[in-house]
Amino acid sequence: MPKHTFRLNGEQVTVDVADDVRLLWVLRDVLGVTGPKYGCGINVCKACTSHVNGKAANPCAIPVKDLAPTDEVTTIEGLPATVGKDLHPMQQAWLDHDVAQCGYCQPGQIMAAVALVRRVAEEGRTITDDDLDGIRNICRCGTYFRIREAIKDGARHM
Amino acid sequence: MIRAERPRPGADPHAIGRRRFLGYVLAAPTLVAAAELGLAPEAQAQLPSPDITRLLDLNDVMTAAALPTANLITVEVNKDGTVSFALPRAEVGQGITTSSAMLIAEELDVPVEKVRVTLADARPELLFNQLTGGSNTTISTFVPIRVAAAVARGRLLTAAAIELGAAVKDLTLRAGVVTDAVGRAIGIGDLAEKAAGARTEQVSVVLKPRERFTVIGTPHNRVDALAAVTGRKKFAMDLQVPDAKPTMVCRPPTINGTVRSVANLDEVRAMPGVTDVTVISTGVAVRAETFGQCIDAVRALRVTWEAGTAAGKSDESVLAELRAAEAPFVLPALTPTVEGTFTFHFRSNSALETNCAIADVRPGRAEIWSALKSPIVAKEAIAAKLGLPPSAVTVHVTESGGSFGRRLFYDAASEAAEISQRIGKPVKLMWHRADDSRQGRAHPMATSRVRASYLGTEVLGYAQHHTSVSTDLSMGLGEIFTALAAKLPVGDIGFSETFFQLSQSMPYRFGVSSRLLTETDKGFNTGSMRNVYSPDVTTARELIVDRLAARMGKDPYRFRREFLAEDRARAALDKVAEVGQWGREMPPGTAQGIAFHSEYHAVSAVLVEIDCRPETVDRPVRNGVAGPRVTKAVMAVDVGLAVNPRGLEAQMMGCVMDGIAQTLTSSLHLRDGYFLEASWDNYFYTRQWNTPPELRIIVLPTTTGEPGGAGELGVAASMAAVACAYGRATGTMPTSFPINHGTLSFEPKPTVPPVPPSPTDGLNLAR
Repeated sequence: MPKHTFRLNGEQVTVDVADDVRLLWVLRDVLGVTGPKYGCGINVCKACTSHVNGKAANPCAIPVKDLAPTDEVTTIEGLPATVGKDLHPMQQAWLDHDVAQCGYCQPGQIMAAVALVRRVAEEGRTITDDDLDGIRNICRCGTYFRIREAIKDGARHM
Repeated sequence: MIRAERPRPGADPHAIGRRRFLGYVLAAPTLVAAAELGLAPEAQAQLPSPDITRLLDLNDVMTAAALPTANLITVEVNKDGTVSFALPRAEVGQGITTSSAMLIAEELDVPVEKVRVTLADARPELLFNQLTGGSNTTISTFVPIRVAAAVARGRLLTAAAIELGAAVKDLTLRAGVVTDAVGRAIGIGDLAEKAAGARTEQVSVVLKPRERFTVIGTPHNRVDALAAVTGRKKFAMDLQVPDAKPTMVCRPPTINGTVRSVANLDEVRAMPGVTDVTVISTGVAVRAETFGQCIDAVRALRVTWEAGTAAGKSDESVLAELRAAEAPFVLPALTPTVEGTFTFHFRSNSALETNCAIADVRPGRAEIWSALKSPIVAKEAIAAKLGLPPSAVTVHVTESGGSFGRRLFYDAASEAAEISQRIGKPVKLMWHRADDSRQGRAHPMATSRVRASYLGTEVLGYAQHHTSVSTDLSMGLGEIFTALAAKLPVGDIGFSETFFQLSQSMPYRFGVSSRLLTETDKGFNTGSMRNVYSPDVTTARELIVDRLAARMGKDPYRFRREFLAEDRARAALDKVAEVGQWGREMPPGTAQGIAFHSEYHAVSAVLVEIDCRPETVDRPVRNGVAGPRVTKAVMAVDVGLAVNPRGLEAQMMGCVMDGIAQTLTSSLHLRDGYFLEASWDNYFYTRQWNTPPELRIIVLPTTTGEPGGAGELGVAASMAAVACAYGRATGTMPTSFPINHGTLSFEPKPTVPPVPPSPTDGLNLAR
């Protein structure tokens, strides 16, 4: 079987798996990294949202062969290390606002929020209601309001 | 059984209002205190009244059902100073692990963080007492959990007294440490063995009175929050069970279709990563190294199918069935009336974690892991299916990624067991999202006909005939009602009707009030969905209430206020009117709506503001439904006593989002015997762009002092308030829900193959 290598949460990993297996299954089924969740498999629910080279991306839609050895994949497990702390400020904001209900979507929500705040900051502005309206991640428990509050709060500490 | 001993008059003035309960200390190496689950309801059987829910509601029946069969729940004090409790319920996001930890922390005087709540495996000896549903968890466990904790507290103090050579009355237990009058301290971990029972004995305890509560009623963050935000919280599919490889099922193109033949089994068996392919009762199962390879294999299968149980049916044909089954209003109207007929389409539970289970079936034994709200029924049914004695089947209840009624059913666990037995290997079964939408459970389509008669400023009578595709209540709930229906003061009726009568109430003084449920068509996979009947029944009623108010020339809020029967109800209504500034000036095309609902010994009122102006309705949203925007929502809720107000607020927030979805956007479309929806961008549950930017949840102060049900409570009033606001903003009375159901806002995915291909453009879309 072909070998694929990429960087995962700060470490180089190599997997023996068919070219077209999507990254989500490489992470979950091969490497046992279960923070990114399955909710649809077609990149609409966003439960698997992780970062590739710092940008929000959905592993369910990325064939593993598309990753180069230098591509840095960050899942929720690796997010705190990106700021050298036990918790990323967005995770802390999530705790402060007691956002999670069942918690299934929350790794994806947090990863989407961090990428959104970074993007908005690069555009030299702060988060607006329109930015928050544009988040596509499903939360079937309906904790959307607390997500909005936590993102605004987390952004202030990023 | 826990028995309340009445304090003797004049015996102890401090005993007034405090009740004594019996618990146990069990023989064990460390301290294990116990209580029986199930508490006799206060409600007495009285003469049937027009509204029996005032005497006895659904929760009383569920609590009463538990009585004769109740068994022990245990609170265990560990040597490291932590306290363990295995909760015989399912945590599906509603926060009961947190609220249960709070109950123990309160009574035992330990920090909430020191209480470890896990989910109990299926315990058949608990019988009816391991069902999570009907918003019953806190109601039924509020006293028993505290009794067990209080027994433990008493034993710890006694052990400490011996250890410190002090009198119990001179000891204080605080934050997990016992201190005597001169300041000597000993932690409960150090007392865990010394306080242990050498033999099992019964102990009588007095529970802490409400005025001394410091944990119960104080907002607390979830005990599993850190695990959730770090990705460490484990759901069924995150568990590593040796050799339980990814497994999926190729499902039929119509609801409940079955396999006639498969043309290419061997070809698919030879696909990369595939280990097994086998025909089962619900389709063709595929086991592979990764779920991605399962998806590819499912798509490659060439299956010929038999028609299912809803062959040829559509929304239109089911509506015709419902219309034909509707019971007529018997009495002719002698006074003016307001009438309406409302249609509610199929909706999907659609928990974000799809149906899933791990099964390891070996000769003579089986082990199952799944999020189950009725694990005992699951265990017994799976044992029967596998041909094993129930004692040979271990059922572990996992944390659930949402439920909304879905986990009352054990379809995935049963299917996983069947596959594992068939191929002789462990399986990790997951349904694709498309499977969940098309072959999963649905809230049944229904109509509700309402007739209210009035004269002058009096409402003389109110009748509501609800007609629904049959709701499957068989897995757990059904058993209880089958067993108890005959004992209830409602005559000889089946359990659906019993459930309907017990779960619905008439909060307004509307003269002679009657309600009737008629069910038809058992061809669909139905179930409750964050309430069974209430959201639809309440929405129909509240729209008619607005009509009645208009006929009498009254304001919708003041009209409700005038006719609501109870003070608690008026207080909640007043609160939302005040905080939401009822009656404020609004631009044309926007409006407020207000609605009320009571259930589970709790009341809720909701005020919303909606924007139905074209520029809002037509705002661009990629692959989604914009539609009218609820711009503000205010809810007031009185559950009698909120154990964790922050958790209750979270539950109510979710209820508001469900209410918005059910009125405006989310439904399943039935055509040619299958549901068109196959994913989230087809099934329009509330998204961020539908979320009210302004939201206030007001948890009202303690009223009854006893917790009511909360998990489902807020959906009905939210759905109704949005419908009423929409009606007032558009000058219409909406009669079909959700209001956008008539417009199909997506391109339906094919049914063959049953699941869509995995996309490949993920890197291009990174942003």
